[in-house]
Amino acid sequence: MEAVSLLAALELVAGGGAGLSPEKRAALGSSLLLLQRDYRFERVWFWGCIQGVRGAYYIAEGLGSDRAAPRSRLYSFNCVEWSLLPPATKEMVAQAEQLKGRFQGDPSFEYEYTEINAEDAERLIEDGKEPVIKEEARLVATIEQIDRAVGIIPRGAFVKTPLGSVHENRNFEGLSLTEAKKLSSYFHFTEPVNLKNKTLLEKADLDPSTDFLDSLEHDIPQGSWTVQLEKGGTVVVLRSLLWLGLTFYHVPMTKQYGYIYFGSGEKNLDLPFMI
Amino acid sequence: MAEPPGEPPPQAVLRGEGQERGLGEHLRRADSPDRPEPPQWGPGQPPLEGFEPEREPRQPQPSEPAPASYRYRGVRRGSEPQGPDQDPSQLQDRRGSVGQTRAPGEAPYQWQSPFQHLSDPRGAEQASPKLQVPEISISQRDVLGQDSDKAPEARQSMYQSYALGLDPYQTQEPKPAYQTHVVGDDPYEADEPRRGPYQPHEPGYGLYQSGYSPYDDQVPDPKSRTLAIQNAKAYLLKSSTTSGLNLYDHLASMLTKILDEQPTNAVDIIENISKDVKWAQFQKKMDTLRDEHEILPTFEAAEKRKALFLQANGEGDEELEEEIGETPLPNVMETAFYFEQAGIGLSKDESYHIFLALKKLISVQPIQTCRFWGKILGLEMNYIIAEVQYHEGEEEEETEEEEVIEEGGKGMDEVEDEDEEKEKEDEPPKSTYKPPPVIPKEENGTGANKYVYFVCNEPGKPWVKLPPVTPAQIICARKIKKFFTGRLDAPVVSFPPFPGNEANYLRAQIARISAGTQISPIGFYQFAEEEGDEEEDGGGGRDTFEENPDFQPLSVAEMVDSLSTWVHHVQSILKQGRCVWFNPFQKSEEEEEEEDDEEEEKAEEPDELQQETGPPLLTPLSEDEGIQNIPAWTAQPSTNLIPQHAVAVLQSNRWPGAYAFASGKKFDNIYFGWGHKYSPENHTPALPPPVQAEYPSEPEITETRDPTLEEELAFKAAKEAALAAAEEEEDEEDVEEDEEEEDD
Repeated sequence: MEAVSLLAALELVAGGGAGLSPEKRAALGSSLLLLQRDYRFERVWFWGCIQGVRGAYYIAEGLGSDRAAPRSRLYSFNCVEWSLLPPATKEMVAQAEQLKGRFQGDPSFEYEYTEINAEDAERLIEDGKEPVIKEEARLVATIEQIDRAVGIIPRGAFVKTPLGSVHENRNFEGLSLTEAKKLSSYFHFTEPVNLKNKTLLEKADLDPSTDFLDSLEHDIPQGSWTVQLEKGGTVVVLRSLLWLGLTFYHVPMTKQYGYIYFGSGEKNLDLPFMI
Repeated sequence: MAEPPGEPPPQAVLRGEGQERGLGEHLRRADSPDRPEPPQWGPGQPPLEGFEPEREPRQPQPSEPAPASYRYRGVRRGSEPQGPDQDPSQLQDRRGSVGQTRAPGEAPYQWQSPFQHLSDPRGAEQASPKLQVPEISISQRDVLGQDSDKAPEARQSMYQSYALGLDPYQTQEPKPAYQTHVVGDDPYEADEPRRGPYQPHEPGYGLYQSGYSPYDDQVPDPKSRTLAIQNAKAYLLKSSTTSGLNLYDHLASMLTKILDEQPTNAVDIIENISKDVKWAQFQKKMDTLRDEHEILPTFEAAEKRKALFLQANGEGDEELEEEIGETPLPNVMETAFYFEQAGIGLSKDESYHIFLALKKLISVQPIQTCRFWGKILGLEMNYIIAEVQYHEGEEEEETEEEEVIEEGGKGMDEVEDEDEEKEKEDEPPKSTYKPPPVIPKEENGTGANKYVYFVCNEPGKPWVKLPPVTPAQIICARKIKKFFTGRLDAPVVSFPPFPGNEANYLRAQIARISAGTQISPIGFYQFAEEEGDEEEDGGGGRDTFEENPDFQPLSVAEMVDSLSTWVHHVQSILKQGRCVWFNPFQKSEEEEEEEDDEEEEKAEEPDELQQETGPPLLTPLSEDEGIQNIPAWTAQPSTNLIPQHAVAVLQSNRWPGAYAFASGKKFDNIYFGWGHKYSPENHTPALPPPVQAEYPSEPEITETRDPTLEEELAFKAAKEAALAAAEEEEDEEDVEEDEEEEDD
C-alpha cells in the first residue's frame, strides 16, 4: 500500500487482526519518506511484515517511473533503518521454494541444503559453492513469489502507454460495488501469463491500455480468493488463501486501494484440501 | 513588388484556366497590359485581405479579393521569398494554405490563401499535376523557416490533424478540402463564389441583378468564406448514425469541460476527456437504475450497526446502577489498546462495535462472565466469538434436551434387538463388527465444555449459541483441515467424515485453540484448596482454580525472557477428545445383558487401553513442546524504545493467530486467524481403510493352478518309482496296482 495513505489503509485491513503498533506506524511515516528521498523512488509501498520465530521483517518496496519495472525491496527490523535487498533471481526462487518452515528472524541464518535435497547439495559442492541458503535469499525469493502470485490491483488503476511503460491511470475513479465483488475486476500486477491464451472473442473486448494483465478469475485452484465486504459494506477486502496473510482492500467508487502482507511467509500448500 | 521571372509560366497556366472557365474576363484583361494596374489597389488591399482572412471574422466583402488574389498569385509569390521577414501571421496564413492543400495537384497553389482556395477550388484541382502535398508542405515550412522553432510533435500533430481534416492553424476555418470535394461535383458550383463582376470598373457591373443572372438557380453567395463556414458547420452538425451525437456538440462540450476544469497536460489526456464526455451523455439515464439495488446492502448493514448504538428501552435507573457496578461486560477497548501496542487487533471502530454487541448479548442472556474470545476468518463471512459462562443453574435447560435425545436412541436399540432374535434362522450371518464405543461428551461446565460460546458474523447481527463439543468431533477435527465458510449450517465435507456441520467444527476448533493457547501469568490463578500449590494429583488433577488475591505481577522483562512465568489455565484435551479420561469399557448393566459371546472377546481389550493423562492445569509454558526446532511461543516486549511502559506479548507458534499480553495486573488472550493449527509438513488426509476381507483365507478355498502335463507325468513317474521301491519291500503288489489304476 502507498506509504502516504498508510494510516488510513491500515484501518481498512485490520479485519484480519494483523496490523502495526502505533510506534511502528509513527516510525514508518517518516522513514518511508526518507527512503523516497534517498533512493529517488517515485512511489514507496509498504509491502508488509513477515513474522519470523525470533523477529519480524518489515518490507518496503520502491517504484520508479515505470510502475511495472522490477521493484527495489528493502527490509528493516524496527521500521527505522532500512537495508536494500538484492534483486531476485530465478535460482534464488527455485532454491527457496524447497525450503519449508518458518523464517527465523535472522537474515544471516543459513539453511542446510543437505537436508533438503542431497543431490543438489552435491552438485553445488562440486561447483564450488556452499550448500547453504541464507535467509536473506529466502526472504527475497518469498517476497518475489508473493508479489508475483498474489499482488493485485483493480482493473483500470494502471494504464500502459504505447511505449510499454505503465503508469497510474488518472482517470481511475474506483470500481463500482457490483464490479468490486467480481474477481474479474482485479489483475495480477505482474507479467501476464494467460493473456495470450484468450480466445479472439475475449480479446476483442479488451482495452489494450487497461487490460494488459491477468485477471484473478482463472487462478488455480478456483476459490483461492475470498471476497468480503467489511465495515458495513463500505470496503471490499480480498484475502488470498494461497499465501495466508495477504490482504487487499478497495473502497468502491474511490481511488483507495492497496495490498499488504502480514504473515509467516509460507505458502499454504494444503489449500486444495481446505477449500 | 515586381514579379520574379519565374512567375509567368504558372500564371499563364492559370490564365489559361480562367479562360477555360469562361469567367472573369476581367482577369484576362488584367493579365495583359493592365497588369500593373490592378496591383495598385490590388496589393494594397487584396493581399492584406488575403493575408488576414483568418484573423478577421468573415466580413461580407465583395469577392474582390478573390479574383484579385487569384490574379495576384504572382504578387503573392513575389512576397513569398520574404518569408522570414513577414508576419508570422502571414506565414501562418500561408501555412494554413499549405495545410489545406490536400488534394493532389494543388502544389502550385499552396501559396495561395485559403481564401484563394475558396475562390478557385476547382481550378486548384485541375491546374497542376498531382503532387504529394505533404512533402511539399514540409519543404515549404522549412523555407518559411518557422517550423524549426516548433517541436516535431507539432508538425506531426499538424499532420495528424491535417489528416483528420482539422488544421491547427485554422481552428475556425472551414475546410476547403472537403468543400472542394463537395463542391466540385457540380460543375457550376465551383464558380459561384466568383460569379459576375464585382468591381465597378469591370464591365457588367451593376448589370448583375439577383434573379437575372444565368446562375441564379444556385444559391448566390458573395461571401464565400461564410459559406464555407456554414458548410463546415453543417458537416459538423451531422448526427452520427450509430450514436446520435454530432461532432460539433461533442467538440463544444469537450472544450467547455477542458476550459472549466483546466487539467494539466490536457493534450495528453484529450482522448480520455473525449471518452468521458461521451460517457456522461449516457450515464445519467442509467444511474438511477443501477444505483437502486446497489445501495441496499450497505444501507441495511449501516442500519444494523446503528441499532447497536441505540440504548435499549425501558431501562430504569436501578438497572443502570447495576450495570455500572458489576457487569460481566469485558472492557474490550482496554484489551484492544494493549494488543494494539503489539500491532495486533482490529480497527478501533470495529472493536467498539464488538463492545456494543457484547453488551447486547449480556442484556439478553443470563451471563455471569463474558469475554471477547477472538475472530475467526472465513471464506464468505467471518466469525466473532464471545466466550461466556452462565450463571449457575441457567444451563440446565440445554442438558435436559440432550438427555432426551440420548434416551430415545437407546429405546430404538432395544426394539431392534427383539426383531433380530425372531428372525435369527433366516438371517444372513450377522456382522461381527462392533463400532468402537462412543465416548460421551463432557458435562456442560466442565472440561472442554466449560465455557459456552456465542458467535455472530458481524457486530449488529444476532448472536448464535454454539452446541457443546463431543470427543468424537474433536478427534475428527484433529484429522481434517478445512476453511470455515461463515455459515454455521454449512456441511463439512471431509475425510474422515466430520460428525456435524460447520457449527460443530467451529466449536471443536475453538475448544482446541482454547486448550492450547489460553495462558495467564504465573500466580494469577491458584488452586482453590491450597494456595499457590501446583502439585499433581494422581489421575484426576485439579479442575478448578480461582484468582489469587495476593498476585504480585512480575516485570515485563521477566515475563518476556522466560516462558516459565506463564501457565495454561485451560485444561488440555487428551487424545481421547476429553479433558478427563473416560474409560469406555466400564460396562453398565444394560450392556452386559445384551452382549454374550462378544464380551469375552472384548474382555481382553480393556487391559490394553491405558488411562490417558495430560499435563495438569496451571502448567508453565516451558513444558510446551515446540515443533521441530521452533519453540511453542515467541515472547516479545511491545516496544524496545520505552521499556518502562512496554507490554509483554506472546505469540503462539503452534496456533498462529493466538496472542496473549500481560502488563502489570492485566492480562488477556485473544485469537485472530483462520482457525487452524500450524504444521510444517503438508497436510495429508487420512487414507481410507484397506478393503476388508470377506472371509478368512484357508487352503481349502484357495485356488491353485492345475498341474501341467509334465508335472502329472513326473508325479506319476515319481509314484511308480515309489511303488517299485515298495514292491521290493512288500509282497502285496496287487493292492497297490489297483490303487494306481484307480488314481489314473
